[in-house]
Amino acid sequence: MVYSEKVLDHFSNPRNVGELSDANGIGEVGNPQCGDIMKMYLKIEDGVIRDVRFKTFGCGAAIATSSIATELVKGATVEEALKLTNQAVVEALDGLPPVKIHCSVLAEQAIKSAISDYYSRQGIDPVPIVGEIGDCDACHAH
Amino acid sequence: MKRFVYADNAATTPVSEQVLEALLPYYKSGYGNPSSVYSIAREAKTAIDDARKKVAAALNADPTEIYFTSCGSEADNWALKGTMRQLAKKGKRHLITTNIEHHAILHTCAALEKEGFEVTYLPVDHNGQITPQQVADAIREDTGLVSIMYANNEIGTILPIPEIGALCRERGVCFHTDAVQAVGNLAIDVKAQNIDMLSLSGHKLNAPKGIGALYIRKGIAIQNFLDGGGQERGRRAGTENVAGIVALGTAIEEVSLHLEERIAHESALRDHCILELLKIPRTRLNGDPVRRLPGNVNISFEGIEGESMLMLLDMNGICASSGSACTSGSLDPSHVLLAIGLPHEVAHGSLRLSWGVQNTMEDVDYVLEVLPPIIERLRSMSPLWEKIAASEKQ
Repeated sequence: MVYSEKVLDHFSNPRNVGELSDANGIGEVGNPQCGDIMKMYLKIEDGVIRDVRFKTFGCGAAIATSSIATELVKGATVEEALKLTNQAVVEALDGLPPVKIHCSVLAEQAIKSAISDYYSRQGIDPVPIVGEIGDCDACHAH
Repeated sequence: MKRFVYADNAATTPVSEQVLEALLPYYKSGYGNPSSVYSIAREAKTAIDDARKKVAAALNADPTEIYFTSCGSEADNWALKGTMRQLAKKGKRHLITTNIEHHAILHTCAALEKEGFEVTYLPVDHNGQITPQQVADAIREDTGLVSIMYANNEIGTILPIPEIGALCRERGVCFHTDAVQAVGNLAIDVKAQNIDMLSLSGHKLNAPKGIGALYIRKGIAIQNFLDGGGQERGRRAGTENVAGIVALGTAIEEVSLHLEERIAHESALRDHCILELLKIPRTRLNGDPVRRLPGNVNISFEGIEGESMLMLLDMNGICASSGSACTSGSLDPSHVLLAIGLPHEVAHGSLRLSWGVQNTMEDVDYVLEVLPPIIERLRSMSPLWEKIAASEKQ
């Protein structure tokens, strides 16, 4: 597997790794069968993502995509974070091997899942805002 | 201090100094085509004959029963396709193998199924073992061939080859074994063990890549796999890989001469490594704990994924492998780990260290120093580990 320098950097020095005790939006995607699970913790205030942490079970690319995704959404508004695409994650990492593209999809879904949780906690139906979050099979179909 | 430790000898081995010295002349002055008549050609021909004798001696075969191929996969393809296509003429269209074979066997079987042959894949037990009785029960009127690996490349399990050989001989069924992992690691005697065909590969025993061999017992009817010139007594065409053949001969003679020491050395490294790694909580040894290849260590660490473990090991100068999906390029983890009943998530967290003759106890100790913090680090950031740890507290 040939990874970019950026992937190796985010893999070996992951940013924002861990848990967030005062998170108000937590999302988890993937499953152990597929070999990757991503869990995102968001602290959202006034519509802005003030802090973010992640925990990931997965390959080098899964850890790197989680790490870069946290950097991309930290300080962003919820609206901006919802626009984060897997393509943007891939580009920010200077590319991913084709078999690892699903890791970037997982990162996008992990952010969306945490935002959905945030809306649910506010008593707001997240589906009209966030949309349906694909399941693991869908991500592997990429 | 960072070292370089190569612990992936089941994938390939370094070419030994002795082998390199033996083969180099055939890339320099000894480049003659063995089929030609002049002196450098005759020398090449003699070198091939000499290497053939060494391979035969290592297996207790006759030199006329050894055929050089380009690799172990070619030997496997030839053995299965060559005999089944021949046996089909006698109405024998069934072959028996296991579900933990190398892809060189499994994908060849799949190709034969497309040609209309029937294949029985014997399921292994939790240690990766099969019993001779399973083979006996699977043999039918139309069974032409049994092909069972000598030892598994991933989990190191050594299968009961002599017993299966005796059974097949008694039942009149041709018996092939993929011994790519076994040659150089175990004592093999094709006569005493009733083996009709055996595949081997040079680069697993300190010869270079690109050379293998198939032993075919005299009297076994097999079709050619590669047609052309009259090389290999008209059975396998193509100008001989003289340097590779010489290398294989030198390497196999070398391992045969020192087999016992080699087994003792690699077993000591393996046993120390397994003992220490199993002290890490929530780990399990994969493969047969007793009937096991001398250098093979295969351990699953719950809650983490293999590729990230390999990348961190690599950053510390350690070369190893894993059965995780992410290292196979597919979505499923290793078919061998699933066959022995591991849940997907445990298979994803497997690590194979395969120790070789060039490794030292210091190499093992270095891995034992570097690996536990890597496991700890990956577990600390794993939501799966979080769940495992939480369920343990309850």
